[in-house]
Amino acid sequence: MMSATGANKFGFAINRSRMIDYDSSDRKVREYITSREPSFRLCFACGGCTATCTAGQHTSFNLRRMNTYIRRGEIEPLREEVTRCMLCGKCLLVCPRGVNTRNVVAVAAEAIRKLERNEL
Amino acid sequence: MNSDLFVIPFNLGLYFILIYSVVRSVAWFRSLSRPDKLRLQRGFFGKPFMDSLREIFMESLLHRKIFRKNPVLGYMHMSLAFGWFLLIVFGTIEADFFGEKHLNPPSHAIFFRWFNPEHGAEGLARIYNVWMDFLLAFILSGLLLAVIKRFTPRMMGMKKTTRHTWTDRLALTSLWLIFPSRLLAESFTCGAHGSGSFLTGNLGSALASFLPAAEIAPWFWWLYSLSLGTFFFMLPVSRYFHIPVELFLIFMRNSGITTGDKHSSYTEVQTHACSSCGVCISVCQMSYAAGINDIQSAYFIKGLRNDRDISAITANCLMCGRCEEVCPVGIELGPMRLIERRQGERADRRLSLPERYSVMRKRSVTEKVPTQSYGYLVREEPEKAEVLFFAGCMTHLTPSVIAAMKKIMESAGVKYRFMDEKGGVCCGRPLMLAGRDREARELINHNSDIIWKSGAKILVTSCPICYKIFRESYYLEATVMHHSEFINLLIEEGSLRLGYLHRKVVYHDPCELGRGSGIYEEPRAVISYVAELLEASQERSMSLCCGGSLGNLTLASGKKAMIAADAARLLTMSSPDELITACPLCKKTFVQATKTKVSDIAELVAAALPAPSTRVARRRAARATVRANDAG
Amino acid sequence: MKTVPKHVLVAGGGVAGMEAAGALAEMGYRVTLVEKGDDPGGHLLQWHALFPDRRPADEVRSYLRKRAGHHNINIITRTTVEKVRHHPGGVRVILSGGTEEEADAVIVATGFDLFDAHRKEEYGYGIYDNVITSVDLEAMFNRGRLEKADGTVPSRIGLIHCVGSRDEKVNNNHCSKVCCVTAVKQAIEVRQMLPSCEVFCFYMDMRMYGPYYEELYRESQEVHNVNFIRGKVSEASVNINNRLVIKVEDTLAGRPLKMELDIMVLMVGMEMAESGAKLAEASGFRQGINSFLESGDHHYGNNLSGIKGVFYAGTCTAPMNITDTISHARAAVAETVRYLKA
Repeated sequence: MMSATGANKFGFAINRSRMIDYDSSDRKVREYITSREPSFRLCFACGGCTATCTAGQHTSFNLRRMNTYIRRGEIEPLREEVTRCMLCGKCLLVCPRGVNTRNVVAVAAEAIRKLERNEL
Repeated sequence: MNSDLFVIPFNLGLYFILIYSVVRSVAWFRSLSRPDKLRLQRGFFGKPFMDSLREIFMESLLHRKIFRKNPVLGYMHMSLAFGWFLLIVFGTIEADFFGEKHLNPPSHAIFFRWFNPEHGAEGLARIYNVWMDFLLAFILSGLLLAVIKRFTPRMMGMKKTTRHTWTDRLALTSLWLIFPSRLLAESFTCGAHGSGSFLTGNLGSALASFLPAAEIAPWFWWLYSLSLGTFFFMLPVSRYFHIPVELFLIFMRNSGITTGDKHSSYTEVQTHACSSCGVCISVCQMSYAAGINDIQSAYFIKGLRNDRDISAITANCLMCGRCEEVCPVGIELGPMRLIERRQGERADRRLSLPERYSVMRKRSVTEKVPTQSYGYLVREEPEKAEVLFFAGCMTHLTPSVIAAMKKIMESAGVKYRFMDEKGGVCCGRPLMLAGRDREARELINHNSDIIWKSGAKILVTSCPICYKIFRESYYLEATVMHHSEFINLLIEEGSLRLGYLHRKVVYHDPCELGRGSGIYEEPRAVISYVAELLEASQERSMSLCCGGSLGNLTLASGKKAMIAADAARLLTMSSPDELITACPLCKKTFVQATKTKVSDIAELVAAALPAPSTRVARRRAARATVRANDAG
Repeated sequence: MKTVPKHVLVAGGGVAGMEAAGALAEMGYRVTLVEKGDDPGGHLLQWHALFPDRRPADEVRSYLRKRAGHHNINIITRTTVEKVRHHPGGVRVILSGGTEEEADAVIVATGFDLFDAHRKEEYGYGIYDNVITSVDLEAMFNRGRLEKADGTVPSRIGLIHCVGSRDEKVNNNHCSKVCCVTAVKQAIEVRQMLPSCEVFCFYMDMRMYGPYYEELYRESQEVHNVNFIRGKVSEASVNINNRLVIKVEDTLAGRPLKMELDIMVLMVGMEMAESGAKLAEASGFRQGINSFLESGDHHYGNNLSGIKGVFYAGTCTAPMNITDTISHARAAVAETVRYLKA
């Protein structure tokens, strides 16, 4: 569950339901990433990246789920997850849409840091 | 004489630049680390000193490296540099030998013709005049080429020229004015006095025939002095600062100073030593194959020098090393880009005075936020093995290489263990290429632990990216070998019996294996055992990058495909049966880019192994013969 | 005086070519049908049963053979059409082997090639035993024997959708349309042949676009217990027991999934036929970014080439199923006749 400070950043009440409230969620991170890595828009969530992911062998890092969450504006689960990527690049070789997945992770990490410092 | 006032701009400029250069050099020296200071001091004696002098002569004056790229381009640079150098040297000798007294001020040498307008009527002076005129003509011929190059760079084998800032343009204009104005000044003076040699004399008399030469001459002497003065004043803020700085850099480099992992005065000197000659842009595949023209090393260096925000430029580089190969000044372009990648975000605090005064110090004040963490990795207890095979992340997507390596090692009877058979952990180099050394160290520790515990004597990897980091950043007792080296070893010690495949193949040097690790010959030797190796147009240290590069963090896949298609086209120009490469990432990139069959070197060798069925058949045949003989 | 019937040359003796030839011949035109293989029939020769109802492919083959057996049709085999060129008197056609034909109109029906699964190296086709394509599986159905390379009976088969389609990495961004329904059909056929064998389909999307396709999907789950896992398989390898192991993410469950398979079937997509591409290049046909032939208008000019007297029929323009191919061929005939009568 989210902490009080986290909730206030996103502007809704402390006890939120399990549903994704699309109208209240904050998609600044998504816009930040899309502006710097336009290929992010192309993801159709096939899961090939997650299937091949090196970090995904050892931990619960799930690139497809991360991308989906970002697009829905759900950042909270990602703060720690985004640090698990080894930048190995296998996802790049698998993506059928040609998304620069590696850069998406790097920029997502940057965006989340900036969000925490209220610079976004 | 009052009209001698025109020497003032020149004098001011000259003394300014001399003092400035000395002060700056002292500052740079003092910022060096203690070991580097000692190195530099020793660099002024013995062999390093002679090497530096030789390099200054061959590169700064004669521009030998540029000559190799394109003779016309080399001539252009040489004529300006060497020609001007000779003009100064011989001008000084002229002034001291023929002038009023010995040891004159520099202005008496530069403006010799003004002070001695009648000089050179006969004898040694006349012959000397011819020489001086020849040098001027030499420089002017190069100047003409420089003007042409700015408008049609293709004539000099350059695909593009460097873009200029306004300070560059002002410096360039004044530089270009110097010699024509000298020519005209000397000609007018000679025309007025009936002196001069084949160039100045003839031009002078031609001009004097319809113009008042004596009255016009001073104007051009003013122009000459002003252009010199302006040039000297603009030097520190333009690309031409490389003229003095390059000399300092050569001494530093030959003393054994290297770039290292952080910004230092050596990186600062390198940023000023860049002459913006544009050769790096010319060989950059991102420029000519993908049409991206704002990220090349010349612009990167310029951005560093002027303390701009170059984060986009820094990340957008293939890190292939081609520019570094051809840089005539020998700047360590790759390490410098990595240093910038290591910078985190600019620290949000007030900078102290020493930090503000040096650009490099300013850039080093950053918040390096650790972005990745791998605490989740679990320590493994590996089995013992003499030989470890590490496929690496990329090779898992080219399973034919793994299958081939298994076949080869089994055929040679190597007792190996496949270290990352079930996936493994990344070697860490992609993180290092992204500037995340601290995080890479966690992966390096994890993998090193496994390798140490296995007691392996040899670590073989099929990926040059892994190979490079294993050799450079892992502390291992095991010998690290790329699979082409290992196969070469197996062939040479007789463990592999190979047939000959009647195929014509071309070998592509992967960036990380070739330029990155210096392995050029072993793969070629291996290939030559089993197939006919054709030459490609760009080989070894100038080989093309496939474009797949993990070094480029931001390049779009469409652009990568353009680079790959162009490289593949050049490699397959001789219509080989196969394109052989030694890197799984290159293989994957080329498969997408060409219709020619692409194979890894291991696959080629595996194809040349005697088929087990023929071995079995021979044994059966042999047994059958024995039985027949027994029966008969 | 009897008028000389106009001559139409049909380039390609697959489904579209045979149907077009038959329709034209019936109307009284003289037809030359040029086929690069030993026999006309195209890829239909390889199929066992056709979706959606799994009727025997042989029935359609017989129909087409009857069509193309019309006495007005002259069939030339083992020959490709290299170039066509319109001139004021008609269309000159250059065939391989150097011969030339004159026709009043030409219908291009060069069809498709199947994606070469070797190009998707990470799936291990040609490297591991038991990685086969949908075409190889269909051949097994024809032989009536479904077994592993070592002759044993499989207990789990996986079908991988979108191999060579919708994949930028092999330069094929297009969807091949029919592979999803083919996978479902083949899954059902496997279950019918080997009731003890589990079947899994690994898909990115389920494109059941045609009549009764969605119903077939429902039947595969309801009646035949075919399993569907949404996830793109990234790579395959072989484990110590010599079974295939795939890496895939079960995107609907949100977790990576590990599974051993006895046989992995790659649903290979359609690409522009190489012989067709060569013809297109030589004759100046426009090719779209998906490499298929670009027709005059996507909606109402789908058989027009933009060159007088030359018409397109069948999968040389886009992936399509057999029904649509036959309809497309008939439409091409209508356009051709309209042109010839004008």
